[in-house]
Amino acid sequence: MSDMTNPPRRRLRLGTIMDHAILIIGVLVMVLPLVMLVQMSSIPDTEIIKTGPSLHFGDQLDDNFEKAMFGATGFSGENAGTRMLMNSLILGIGFAVGKIVIGMMAAYAIVYFRLRFATLAFWVIFTTLLLPLEVRILPSYEVVQNLGMVNTYHGLIIPLIASATATFFFRQFFRSVPEELVEAARIDGAGPVRFFIDILVPLSQTMIAAMFIIMFVFGWNQYLWPTMITTEEGMFTLVRGIKQIVQVLEGNRVPEFGRANLLAIIAVVPPVLIVVFFQSWFVKGLTESDK
Amino acid sequence: MAQVSLNNVQKVYPNGFQALHPTGFEVADGEFVVLVGPSGCGKSTLLRMIAGLEDITDGSLHIGDRVVNHVDPADRDIAMVFQNYALYPHMTVRKNIAYGLQNRKIAKDVIAGKVAEAAEMLNLNDYLDRKPSQLSGGQRQRVAMGRAIVRDPSVFLFDEPLSNLDAKLRNQMRVEIKALQRRLGVTSIYVTHDQVEAMTMADRIIVMNAGRIEQIGTPSEVYHRPASTFVASFMGAPPMNMLPGVAENGAAHLFDLPIADQVAARGEVIVGIRPEDLIPDATGPLAIEVDHIEDLGAHRLLHGALRDARLTVHVSKDVEVAHGPLRVAIKPDAVSVFDVTSGARL
Repeated sequence: MSDMTNPPRRRLRLGTIMDHAILIIGVLVMVLPLVMLVQMSSIPDTEIIKTGPSLHFGDQLDDNFEKAMFGATGFSGENAGTRMLMNSLILGIGFAVGKIVIGMMAAYAIVYFRLRFATLAFWVIFTTLLLPLEVRILPSYEVVQNLGMVNTYHGLIIPLIASATATFFFRQFFRSVPEELVEAARIDGAGPVRFFIDILVPLSQTMIAAMFIIMFVFGWNQYLWPTMITTEEGMFTLVRGIKQIVQVLEGNRVPEFGRANLLAIIAVVPPVLIVVFFQSWFVKGLTESDK
Repeated sequence: MAQVSLNNVQKVYPNGFQALHPTGFEVADGEFVVLVGPSGCGKSTLLRMIAGLEDITDGSLHIGDRVVNHVDPADRDIAMVFQNYALYPHMTVRKNIAYGLQNRKIAKDVIAGKVAEAAEMLNLNDYLDRKPSQLSGGQRQRVAMGRAIVRDPSVFLFDEPLSNLDAKLRNQMRVEIKALQRRLGVTSIYVTHDQVEAMTMADRIIVMNAGRIEQIGTPSEVYHRPASTFVASFMGAPPMNMLPGVAENGAAHLFDLPIADQVAARGEVIVGIRPEDLIPDATGPLAIEVDHIEDLGAHRLLHGALRDARLTVHVSKDVEVAHGPLRVAIKPDAVSVFDVTSGARL
């Protein structure tokens, strides 16, 4: 009996082992750089210069954490980790919220109002996907500069928030909302603004959450634009500031590798937390089309 | 409370399709009118024009003594019940019912009172804090009714409200809606493609086909004196038997049997006889060859041939029937005669 049942079970187990092996290799590939970062931020900066990454974990972790969060270098001493963390959060949240608000309103206009050339307008918005920031960075900088928005939060955020992606996703979602809801609301005396706020926004909750995750991570990881637009150290974001720390111009100083490495770890944490906490919403928002 | 009157109202879509030919009728105060017809006949379009959800291309629409052609749906003093209920999925039943009143800036305690009253009337008291997704189809339909009732409108508009329910629930809701309408005495216009709903609920039926009104009348008039072959075959299940006849000397003949007099036309006509107006009778003038019997419990349908025309005979369950030859008589005065080309009643 056992001979009959064993072979299939063993084969199954082999398959499971293979699956897990592949998954574990994948996890290692993803996690190893992070582990290296942790290792390197646990040893003194001079040791990094001497030996580079190794398997030896030191005792400098809390020291470097202290330096990373509260220590500051640079000319003004304003680029402390806490400050950069706050700037990054402002950028990430402002970027995500701005994109969602603009995208929703644009999609609302395109889907629900009989505009002339609404479809054309949509496709024009859609083609801006072909013109990412990198392509239009000079004119964008010029405009922001002329408006005196360099080194301000709105200068950091506003030029980035027009979003074809968000508009597209919300358009698809709004089109799946049954027509009768609009009509019932019209008969119930809800005007366009009421309908948007009372019915469309609550219905879009999961979609908004999904968009928020994507856009927050996207905004958090912005590097080029903050590098262009922030020259004062008090405005640095984490992603941009880390680079600055390692760049030491004076000849005989050792770069603060430990501090930079720890900041890099800190920079990874908020996007990870957001994805972990909103994961179920995220999947729901992108897959659940109808209510 | 108000009457609704339509005057040469028509609808032409921008692509030139004429969804509704110029149409006029009046709905009296407190009357229950049913618009019935096959899909695509323009009945829903007409209802949506009365609601203000579709523009009126031409003609005038009065609700009460106001012309409302260009009045916003919210200001027409109407309430509408949709086929798929159109409840707001994220709001509780209570909020769903109250939403229309909130938008009209009515005091909170007044709203609470009206919602409670409507909930009482519709047996929704236990469900006020649920979401629509937690309700059954019949309950959702009641919420949609509640939303209409609290507004205290002068006209109720129903757009196939029972189509999404199963047959049993449909019968029950049919009775409930009709009873409620009678109690409230609100003018109502009800769209359906189900002729049973039309017959049972309506004070008057408006039969529509291809964007035109075929007939307006009480259920009995529409059933017994159909204005056209379309009405005759659309109303009633099974439909009226349509047989080839000849009119001459002021009378209509069916296979040489004179069956209707005072027919002015001459030549070929269509003779319509309801299946239940054919009575098995050993001395009857028509000889039918029965080839198929449908047993429906309370009654039976005999399908057969009369020479080369097909017809159906409706008999009660107590009548002995068998395949083969059967002689039937025609109930006196139960024959309709129609024009061959136009299908109009003669």
